Amino acid sequence: MKKSRNLTENDSFMSILASITSIAIGLLFGFLLLLCLNPKNAVPGMANLLTKGATDLGNVLYRSSPLIMVGLSVAFAYKVGLFNIGASGQYTMGAFIALTFAVKLQMPWWVCLLGAAIGGAFWGIFPGLFKALFNVNEVLTSIMFNWIGMNLVNFFIANMPIMLATAWGSTASDRTAPLTEANPAAIIPHGGLDKLLNYPYVNISIFIAIIIAIVMWVILQKTTFGYELKACGLSRNAAEYAGINAKKNIVLSMVISGALAGIGGGLFYLAGGGQYTILQQIESAGFDGITVALLANCHPIGSIFSAIFLSYLRLGGTAMQSQGFATEATEIVTSVIVYLAAFALLMRMTLGKLMTRKKKEEKAK
Amino acid sequence: MAEYVIEMLNITKEFPGIKANDNITLQLRKGEIHALLGENGAGKSTLMSVLFGLYQPEQGVIKKNGEVVTIRNPNDATALHIGMVHQHFKLVECFSVLDNIILGVEDAKMGVLQKKEARKKVMELSEKYNLQIDPDALVSDISVGMQQRVEILKMLYRDNEILIFDEPTAVLTPQEIDELMEIMRGFKAEGKSILFITHKLAEIKAVADRCSILRKGKYMGTVDVADTSVEEMSRLMVGRDVQLKVEKAPCTPGDAVLSVNGLTAYSKAHKKEAVKNVSFTVHAGEIVCLAGIEGNGQSDFVNCLTGLAKQNAGTINLCGHDISHAPIRQRSQFGMSHIPEDRHKHGLVLDYTLEQNLVLQRYWNPEFQKHGMIKFDAIRKYAQGLIEQYDIRSGQGPVTISRSMSGGNQQKAIVAREIDKDHQLIVAVQPTRGLDVGAIEYIHKQLVAERDAGKAVLLVSLELDEVMNLSDRILVMYEGEIVGQFDPKTTNVEELGLYMAGAKRMEVQDA
Repeated sequence: MKKSRNLTENDSFMSILASITSIAIGLLFGFLLLLCLNPKNAVPGMANLLTKGATDLGNVLYRSSPLIMVGLSVAFAYKVGLFNIGASGQYTMGAFIALTFAVKLQMPWWVCLLGAAIGGAFWGIFPGLFKALFNVNEVLTSIMFNWIGMNLVNFFIANMPIMLATAWGSTASDRTAPLTEANPAAIIPHGGLDKLLNYPYVNISIFIAIIIAIVMWVILQKTTFGYELKACGLSRNAAEYAGINAKKNIVLSMVISGALAGIGGGLFYLAGGGQYTILQQIESAGFDGITVALLANCHPIGSIFSAIFLSYLRLGGTAMQSQGFATEATEIVTSVIVYLAAFALLMRMTLGKLMTRKKKEEKAK
Repeated sequence: MAEYVIEMLNITKEFPGIKANDNITLQLRKGEIHALLGENGAGKSTLMSVLFGLYQPEQGVIKKNGEVVTIRNPNDATALHIGMVHQHFKLVECFSVLDNIILGVEDAKMGVLQKKEARKKVMELSEKYNLQIDPDALVSDISVGMQQRVEILKMLYRDNEILIFDEPTAVLTPQEIDELMEIMRGFKAEGKSILFITHKLAEIKAVADRCSILRKGKYMGTVDVADTSVEEMSRLMVGRDVQLKVEKAPCTPGDAVLSVNGLTAYSKAHKKEAVKNVSFTVHAGEIVCLAGIEGNGQSDFVNCLTGLAKQNAGTINLCGHDISHAPIRQRSQFGMSHIPEDRHKHGLVLDYTLEQNLVLQRYWNPEFQKHGMIKFDAIRKYAQGLIEQYDIRSGQGPVTISRSMSGGNQQKAIVAREIDKDHQLIVAVQPTRGLDVGAIEYIHKQLVAERDAGKAVLLVSLELDEVMNLSDRILVMYEGEIVGQFDPKTTNVEELGLYMAGAKRMEVQDA
């Protein structure tokens, strides 16, 4: 008896229980939705959704690592009181610098990745400065910098012939060169994962992302630097009263957040599977970052799991199309599941109440 | 006709984990002023919220004129002619005085407001009870005293017979308090019944007929004010003898610790000088008090002094260091401790735990970190020491979220932190605002102990009792200027009040 009470009072146990329950409810809802859309194929469709990721783990991990990074970017900013909706722009900037280093300057992969971090960090400076100096809401600035970043990158790439695929023996003029042709040394090493998991693009980036997540957690929880950043986020006035330089910390927070998103862009394009395409469309990565972060309740370690969860689900959603579900339908279903999974916090409170009530009744007996 | 106009019999109200009201009985006679006395958290507000219909009690009944009534919400209370002036006024800042008074009971014809009748009635009431107001002024433009008169008129406009005043004097000057007492006596003469919530014993003595006392949610009894001494009432409230007067040895000022010279600051909001050419010195081993009515530049001055804002002119010197333009951290390291005016805004990171807040001014010390890594064990140990030494009470000790602590204990945490850090000067801004007698006594003792230990104390306070009790020297601030310097032994509250209100002034050079 005593042991189980300790378990229900354990914070992380309750969080995990709540998350699992929410996901289960989400899946149930998703299944009901499938039944409405196409009763005959609902069961095989659901089976595809659930099992596809397991059979294609390499693909899941390949998609997860950039997602972990953008999730970390949003989660970190949120923990220090900023809402970084500009992860897309920072991601794009990171990708651009990484690709420029790779294709134009023929650098090795790790230099390119550092470049990605610098690119993202640079794009994070502006919302941070505007917030710190003029108290302009970072949401506004970072949205605008998503557009500015995208158009700037498009403009640069379009005017750097060496960057384009056409310079490397391809006919597509609207995208960057494939790294396999342009600079194989810029592709992040696979570390044997590609053979192990039987997917060509999976590489050590998943470990890089996980290590960075742990580092972020340590910074936030264990260092005086994290203590200061969080104090600024929770109460700028109290932080200033305590002599903490809030302005500096706000800029620094955005720079770090930007660097994380930038690394995400680097990880994605340096895997060799993607080519940056010149489109009038903002990378959706930054917005996925919001989903990942919120699903993880903005916990850096949690972001690892929520990113893997999201890419697992997405992959399963694509697989559902083979059972005759339209793209839109699969997207709705996966969104519903994600949406309900986000109810974990609510679920946690309900579970907590149920447990205490049960305990009270037992006491009464 | 029943003897009591309102009776609350055996009221019990529970919140999770705490009995806020435990079998409390309160009987209000018609035409009396009945004081409700108790410390913070004694259950006064809960009891009044039950009377006002905001909470439903688990047990007990409310009777009006001997008949049982049920009050489910404030509208029921209004229908029973019960009115309340809340401690924090419930006024719409951007509405006129008249609009505020009629809000909720306004007359309308076809959806169009009919204010003529209302204006007439308000002006009649205002004249009858000598409650001077300007019906067309915006609430945001009028003084706190007038805002209170508006709240009182709100009750009268609704023909309330039972008037509840929740700590009405906290924001007033001595003169305004006297006026309020007069007004309350006028209501009593009219046959209205008044419930007067306070923890200032002198006011109870001055105006109340009977007094009911609560302690920790329990009813301690009702006494006739005329036959009961102030000491006895405070003992009933706190449960032990309380020293109302602070005992302190004569002051022996040492070297100058803080000297301010010609400090001038412009207020951002009003484009005028909020602080004008303020110069004074605080010595080691003395308590200098900056007295004044709220909004006369004290806050702007303190902000400049502590580094939260920048002054436009003038210099500040702390222990021989020129800190006129020093950043906050440096001022702190040169020996300034600051108990801020707003403990929620500045004093604490409310969502941090108690232990995190206790190291807010020293987490960077090698004692608590190594290469930027926090030493959690050291912080826990330090926090536990402070919690014990300063008797800071909370639900879960060092890991309690500060937001969930009571105001008195939050303040104790701040006082503990600021006194325990290395310092030569303590700037204490309204350190006892909103605290109960026990906590006030405690904080006063701490400040006097600091003085006796040879520290300089600059106390900024709106409470004249505190000013008179604690200080060795009083400076009065009016409209940003120091308009008088007094020795508390040779002055009195009335004289201070005149200077605080700007009716008199003297030239003070380099106090």
